[in-house]
Amino acid sequence: MTKLPLEGVRVLDMTVVWAGTYCATLLADLGAEVIRVESTKHPAPLTRGVMTHPTEEAIKNSPPLFGGMPGRVPGRRPWNRYPVFNAHGRNKLSMTVDLLQPDGREVFDSLVKISDAFVENNVTETMDKLGISYQSLRELRPDVVMLRMPAYGSSGRYRNFRSLGIHMEGAVGHSLLRGYADMDPSANTQVYVADAAAGAQGAFAVLTGLHHRRRTGEGQLIELAQAENVAPFLGQFFLDYSMNRRSGTTIGNRHPYAIQGCYPCKGEDRWVAITIFDDADWAAFRAAIGSPEWAEDPRFNTQHGRFRAHDELDARIAEWTSERGHYEAMHTLQEAGVAAGAVMDQADAYSDPHLAERGAFEEAYQEDVGTHLYPGAPFKMSRTPISIRRGPVRLGEDNEYVYKQLLSISDERYCELERDGHIGMDYE
Amino acid sequence: MAEGALSDVKVLDFTHMIAGPYCTKLLADYGADVTKVERPDGGDGARRLGPFPGDEPHHERGGLFLHLNTNKRGVTLDLKTAVGNRIARRLAAAADVVVESFRPGVMSRLGLDYAALSADNPALVYTSISNFGQTGPYRDFRASEIVLYGMGGEMYSAGLEDREPIKLGGDMVQYQAGAAATVATMGALFAARTWGEGQHVDVSIMESQIGSIDRRMTTLVAYQYTGEISERTPMEVMGYPIGVYPCADGYVEVTGGIVYFDRVVEMLGRPAMFDDPKWFTPEAQTDLQLREEFYEFFIPWCLERTKYEIWYAAQEARVLSGPINTMENLAGDPNFNERGAFAEIDHPNAGRLTYPGRPFVMQHTPWAARMAAPLLGQHNAEVFGELGYDRSALMRLRETGAI
Repeated sequence: MTKLPLEGVRVLDMTVVWAGTYCATLLADLGAEVIRVESTKHPAPLTRGVMTHPTEEAIKNSPPLFGGMPGRVPGRRPWNRYPVFNAHGRNKLSMTVDLLQPDGREVFDSLVKISDAFVENNVTETMDKLGISYQSLRELRPDVVMLRMPAYGSSGRYRNFRSLGIHMEGAVGHSLLRGYADMDPSANTQVYVADAAAGAQGAFAVLTGLHHRRRTGEGQLIELAQAENVAPFLGQFFLDYSMNRRSGTTIGNRHPYAIQGCYPCKGEDRWVAITIFDDADWAAFRAAIGSPEWAEDPRFNTQHGRFRAHDELDARIAEWTSERGHYEAMHTLQEAGVAAGAVMDQADAYSDPHLAERGAFEEAYQEDVGTHLYPGAPFKMSRTPISIRRGPVRLGEDNEYVYKQLLSISDERYCELERDGHIGMDYE
Repeated sequence: MAEGALSDVKVLDFTHMIAGPYCTKLLADYGADVTKVERPDGGDGARRLGPFPGDEPHHERGGLFLHLNTNKRGVTLDLKTAVGNRIARRLAAAADVVVESFRPGVMSRLGLDYAALSADNPALVYTSISNFGQTGPYRDFRASEIVLYGMGGEMYSAGLEDREPIKLGGDMVQYQAGAAATVATMGALFAARTWGEGQHVDVSIMESQIGSIDRRMTTLVAYQYTGEISERTPMEVMGYPIGVYPCADGYVEVTGGIVYFDRVVEMLGRPAMFDDPKWFTPEAQTDLQLREEFYEFFIPWCLERTKYEIWYAAQEARVLSGPINTMENLAGDPNFNERGAFAEIDHPNAGRLTYPGRPFVMQHTPWAARMAAPLLGQHNAEVFGELGYDRSALMRLRETGAI
């Protein structure tokens, strides 16, 4: 097997939901041995399911995002079939231990001693209650790199505030900068840019910490407050406030200076996104749609004129797109050099020739869901190809490896720990 | 001041606009020595984008550019001139990392692609950031934020059922791609320091969305498992209160239904109406009539309170919630300010402004705003001087248009 960048780096992973788990995924993609520390007694909230034992009814009533288990049934172990978890569960290991029992704490401590990094994104007080802090880890492993990812930071008045990504996006201003321009934010769909941002920049933080450790031998505590972490993604809006004391509002699908929109296509609920940046784009667009008479109107000859007639142009563009399929519209416009993209649903993405040629999806097997195609890492590397080496990890799947091989625990002791509720593959 | 964690890393930066510069900004902000190469005639296109102070366009005062290029040294080079091209190669020979965001094929036409630059520098990490990647049928497609999100991201299911799908705010997709590129670049650098071998990293902005945790990977997996498309279905179908609600001074997001409804009742101060066991049956959260009854109480409750009052009440009861803030609210938020989440940076032309600060706090190797974004060609004398060009040589370079 080819060597991977983080081969030999072991990461203990107590992450939950999306932000922390994505960070761990990226580290695992790069070759780190990422070990999820889980518990059969105290399930991490919203991580392997909204409920540990959902009814078939509950699964059926949920949108695919949360209820899309194979065959829409919970199966024997629903926690290994949850799409939210399985989307990021690749390339990781999972062990279980009950940290509230002294025996469990001993196991955890021995794992810390042999780990290079530790990542978590729990509410600050949850880690306090478990007695896990940088100080406690450092006593066991002096050069550990610890990444903590609380919502608003582990200091300050919001230190114990509970949040999903969507709530932090409201706090940093994103919710007012997206959505239909003619509606209020109560029409917003829940999005989780903050989770994606925290996942990627959290992985960058750990890599930066490991880089420094290799140079100096020094580990450190890194604190990524997820709300602060995503605020730079809105930098231009923040600076507009700094410069002009202006708080921006949503412009919907429009662009600050180009002609832009999401236009209906032939077929049911089919759409194409189009951006016409400048005069050259406009000329190309006009030619691509067959140089209709209306487009010769001199008002459309300048950027300013077009922008003033945006509503009118939208209606004209929609007339043209409505008679074409979304891929057809994309290809016709792209051939003319105009930025246009089919708005792809999931079926489109899986059958898209570009994504297929790029190898964006990889097949992986997991015992409780079978074999499926999964999206892989968000980057390609020439010398250390990144791939899905292993399907989404099942709860406690690697207990034998972790307890017996890594921690040299005897078969007899393993049975005792199993009996005491540390080791298992089922939630209580 | 403590050194940044990446102070031993030299980066040569051929990026422009958003995704590429954000990647190199992250490296620069944590200490890397980043030299940004811009074209002499106008530089990075982001210089021409706002916001501008007083809305007066000026290429040294664009807010987007100022934000994305902190802590970088800036030089100008015309890569199409023989001299400019030779200087770029000399800079690359001394770099640990090259990051570029030209259209695929441009760097190879300039003789500055990975194959060319790694010949003299085998440990070089070379990261290319492009809209659709370096290969594949869409390689040369044109793109924009909405096109990339529509094709790669979870736009199809964003919005209302009877309306068109809707994009994210601003340029979120391009920022995310920049962040993903930083992960791959650091991974490649870690490997290069281990084995002495660099490599070519290919980041497609579209694929950074296909592989994003922001719903897209999950809906793709759900489709594999069920064959079901994720539609623009309101989250409210899962329970209540879930969503954005009006309140006394704006809006607040509350996600409190399903299994956590008892916490919502707690947040509301346990009004007697919720003593009725009907609220806690397995079907209660999907019962539309009960939902209406709940809102008849809940909406007036919200309208009597500010977003921060509701947020605090929710947190007290462990209900997930957040205020829908304006930029003014964010800039004035006591917690962000007390924790030092923003940075004051002086710029010779744009003046002293408040910027978004560090994404994360490193205990020993802190984020630091050492330098504002460079003026166009600000560090020509310094950087080219390090290569041995003296004052008269620089003058000649300027006259020939190479810099």
